[in-house]
Amino acid sequence: MRDGGGTTKGIAVRGVSKVFDAAAAAVRALDDVSVTIHENEFFTLLGPSGCGKTTLLRLIAGFESPSAGEILLDGAPLAHLPPFRRPVNTVFQNYALFPHMSVMENVAFGLEMLGKPKREIEKTVNDMLRLVRMEELRDRATNKISGGQQQRVALARALAPRPKVLLLDEPLSALDLKLRKEMQIELKRLQKDTGITFVFVTHDQEEALTMSDRVAVMSQGKILQVGSPREIYEHPAKRFVADFIGETNYLEAEIVASGHGQAQIRLSSGAQIAASLPEGGRLTGKVTVVVRPEHASLTLDAAKATFSGRLENIVYFGTDTHYHVRLADGSLFTVRMQNARGHEETDRINAEVGVILAENAAQVLRD
Amino acid sequence: MARGARLRRPFSIKRQPGFTAIALFCFFALYAPIIVLVVYSFNSGNSIAVWEGFSWRWYRSAWENDLVIEAATRSLIIALCASLAATTLATMAALGTTRTRPYRGLTVVYALINQPLMVPEIVTGVALLIFFALIKVATGYTGLLYLITAHTAFCIPFAYLPIRARLEGMDLALETAAADLYATPWRAFRRVTLPLLWPGIMAGGVLAFVISLDDVVITELVKSAGQETLPTYMLGQLRRVITPEINAISSVLLAISVLIVSVFFAFSRKGD
Repeated sequence: MRDGGGTTKGIAVRGVSKVFDAAAAAVRALDDVSVTIHENEFFTLLGPSGCGKTTLLRLIAGFESPSAGEILLDGAPLAHLPPFRRPVNTVFQNYALFPHMSVMENVAFGLEMLGKPKREIEKTVNDMLRLVRMEELRDRATNKISGGQQQRVALARALAPRPKVLLLDEPLSALDLKLRKEMQIELKRLQKDTGITFVFVTHDQEEALTMSDRVAVMSQGKILQVGSPREIYEHPAKRFVADFIGETNYLEAEIVASGHGQAQIRLSSGAQIAASLPEGGRLTGKVTVVVRPEHASLTLDAAKATFSGRLENIVYFGTDTHYHVRLADGSLFTVRMQNARGHEETDRINAEVGVILAENAAQVLRD
Repeated sequence: MARGARLRRPFSIKRQPGFTAIALFCFFALYAPIIVLVVYSFNSGNSIAVWEGFSWRWYRSAWENDLVIEAATRSLIIALCASLAATTLATMAALGTTRTRPYRGLTVVYALINQPLMVPEIVTGVALLIFFALIKVATGYTGLLYLITAHTAFCIPFAYLPIRARLEGMDLALETAAADLYATPWRAFRRVTLPLLWPGIMAGGVLAFVISLDDVVITELVKSAGQETLPTYMLGQLRRVITPEINAISSVLLAISVLIVSVFFAFSRKGD
């Protein structure tokens, strides 16, 4: 945690819970969530559907109010402000463009509601349409433009009033793959150009990794880990985080010695290796360790291997190949290697092979 | 192969035996009387059954009949006032039943709003007759307000249903988006909800207008002495001498209704 003070810029979410009373069963959508989102940051809430990420977004926007806890913007509590008084704008999942207004009128709406003078509105609308490259279609009806164009209009409309925070609720999920890639780059550019804090909600781990400054991984109403994409991917603190983002191997191990975020661990094969410890708290005894498939490689030289097993299956993926190795304790370990030329010849199914772990490849989990 | 072919052919009502005959009979039963009525409105003779030649005589006669004009004017005033009031109330009712979190008793509210659809008209008519009689005695007022009030009441469900359908079809995210873009609830309603709801309101209003225009039962029971509307005037005439003037008035009423219903369809299709 870099800060937690009340006067910090950005959004501070403090102990927020949200319970929905649906008839008999109460649903706890958010459970004591605390997180700080810095100014000018591209912050992503990542998690499967139903994890509470959209609820958190709606709480920040003011469409829902928290059951407990508080949300502060630039140090000031938001609780008493209705959505139309919060300097926060949203890009909705299905854009929610006003169908009875043109592209231009949609973008101008927020500025008009703020009572800006006509000339200023005109200028800002033009700037925004240029920013999202929609100047030519300014007079079009919003149902006469493509999905990608609607997306741009929704962005321009939300950015036009220059909010302190822009909330994006899975805005790319309705687009096809190619357009989605383009918009990912576009969004990142817009965030840099405008300097506005972006809070982006997605269930797509790749999207989260490529666009964000920091990512919060959520599950069942809780934030499990917050960190840079690299931290989240290479040093997942919990099994769910490791599982949700990319492919991963789990190894049972025991901590032999620890200190300064590093530990010596003994694998069930008997090999002792160095591993990174998750932030906060001491861990001793039995732990689970994760290793990404691309941080391991195969060898036929038993002396170099960290541990060994029987090569069970080879799956060719074009750019790389996955090797499934059955370990002595019965678990399956996946190794991913790039298909460069001049590999050691290991393509022998049922052969006894050794696995080499790269430096700093092992990460100890908290659970 | 024959079996396969039969399976592949989708069921079509058009291929059932007797389809054409039944269809023709239904169209005949529906439209033949109306066509006869319209044709005889142009009869130059005094009979509504013996054709004597073409003439605009009965239209002229109806136009020059002060009683007809008076009744028609009264009908239009009542229909206009009642449909305006009913549409306004129905819009509020529709907002109240769709833009709130579902609450206990919502079904009862639906039933209350749509009561005129369920209670037999003659019962409502008799009830209003007795109720208004009490008020008339108490206040001495015998004006058009009784009729307008009664018409408003039974027009509400007809205005309510298309408006509610429109509201339910509307994306709630649009109103959320308006609030997100600094629109107060009232401005969000004025700038987003109302314009999008407008086709539904127009459709409801037009429907209410037509329903009010051709009401007989309740009007007959509620009206004070001399307050004939066009339908009750026509009913009265039928009890005396029947001339093609009735045909002419009916034809005009028919034309107006067809025109209004066409407008209704134009509006309900717009913006979908």
